[in-house]
Amino acid sequence: MIKRKIEELFFKVLMILATIIVTGSFFLIVGTIFSKGIPYMNLDMITKIPGGGFYIGKEGGVLNAIIGSLYIACGATVLGLIISIPVAIYINMYIDGEKFKSNLIRLAFDVLFGIPSIVYGAFGFLIMVYFGIRASLLGGIIAVTLLVIPILVRTLDEVIRTVPGELRDAALSLGATRWEAAKVILRQIRPGIFTAILLSFGRGIGDVASVLFTAGFSDNIPTSLHEPAATLPLAIFFQLGSPVEEVQGRAYASALILTIVVLIITVLAELLIKKFSKHKI
Amino acid sequence: MTNTPHISVQDFNVYIENQHILKNININIPNKSVTSIIGPSGCGKTTLLKSFNRLLDNTANVKIDGKVLVDGENIYDPNVEVTHIRKKMGLLSQRPYPLPMSIYDNVAYGPRIHGIRKKSELDELVELQLKATGLWNEVKDRLNASATRLSIGQQQRLCLARGLAVEPEIILGDESTSALDPVSTHIIEDLFIHLKQKYTIVLVTHILRQARRVSDYIIFVYMGKIIEFGPTEEVLLNPKEELTREYVKGFIS
Repeated sequence: MIKRKIEELFFKVLMILATIIVTGSFFLIVGTIFSKGIPYMNLDMITKIPGGGFYIGKEGGVLNAIIGSLYIACGATVLGLIISIPVAIYINMYIDGEKFKSNLIRLAFDVLFGIPSIVYGAFGFLIMVYFGIRASLLGGIIAVTLLVIPILVRTLDEVIRTVPGELRDAALSLGATRWEAAKVILRQIRPGIFTAILLSFGRGIGDVASVLFTAGFSDNIPTSLHEPAATLPLAIFFQLGSPVEEVQGRAYASALILTIVVLIITVLAELLIKKFSKHKI
Repeated sequence: MTNTPHISVQDFNVYIENQHILKNININIPNKSVTSIIGPSGCGKTTLLKSFNRLLDNTANVKIDGKVLVDGENIYDPNVEVTHIRKKMGLLSQRPYPLPMSIYDNVAYGPRIHGIRKKSELDELVELQLKATGLWNEVKDRLNASATRLSIGQQQRLCLARGLAVEPEIILGDESTSALDPVSTHIIEDLFIHLKQKYTIVLVTHILRQARRVSDYIIFVYMGKIIEFGPTEEVLLNPKEELTREYVKGFIS
């Protein structure tokens, strides 16, 4: 009896400890970014592009990187969805009876999921060289799209698999075609689609390696797909590398901005998830 | 039995994952009456039912041979259009699965995909089918509310209305009352009895009392084979086969 009680206590303490460590480090990270970033946060940071001498501590902000990151993350997520939704539907609604084929495709995406983002950067770079595209907004979007597709496909796949087969059968037995039934399933998983968007956007906006060669960097806001675009993670990287203390501080302000952008997107997605859960069975 | 059988199954075999699920099935389902398929769990009742509207098509590693004739047309003919087959049959599953949309849109879904666009026509159809399933008075003020807000019994009647809205000839019920409370069960059973004037109804059920109350004919399936088929009272009270006698024994005593 006593042994069971000790075991129970031991694992309970272990769980509490692990939870404290994880939650604690979250607050530590957010706390650090806030305490180091707030002193350098000002309106200029989010409304101005880097002025002359920005990197040696003079005026300006990181609007170029904010806009660049938003362009790339949004562009890649939209492009990724356009490609991923058909894939997820195809493996679940059309070839779900052919286990070998569908599982092979799932395995492929699992492998892609685990590939480091620098590889997508390098691969994206090759595609760009092939098509003669220079480091640009377009290049960055292509590389990040490659990066987020496996995330989107696997998330959507998991979500679709939670839909009871009877719902699909219900639509089919009314004489719906598979695509019409798929549309019913898509309605059902709308909250799940927003979760996928959220994951993809979060990954896309925060990744450095994939945009390193492909998007380039620029102090200006890109006005076309063929201009190089700055990104927040890369801006943080450059600022941190500066010997000037004020510029290093700005890195934390940039990190703060990045965190807040992700936070806003998360809250928006949560609201949309709630809104679209209305009809869910 | 009246005129030509509505559904005629001929030398029908189904294998799933190399297991012989349905063995040499030959049966004629009578027109405009209720036929219940009974038998122990895992005997192939549901598989038989699903083979009538080709819902087995999506099952992994399935192999089907033989014929199922609906109105004389072999639905397993490679040239046949599967949506056309399924439109002829309404399926009522074990639990209600309303589509993720409003009450109105649930009933209007079928007619819409089959090309009815006019609002007035849809309104009429929705009202007609909701009345046919006795749901109209309960939901007429909240047609735009989510179907998931309804009670489970109401949802099942909504699913029936949704199925009827595509004007099928046949209703298939797969243990359609097993998730429902006694009152809702009674309502659904009464609906079946009422609807057989217009439709051919095939039910899978575990409840022998329900089979007796609702159906005109009974098919007893055991280990993938049809053991006995006949009028309800005969099969339940005076079975010819030993296996049937064993199965319905609890019912009689």
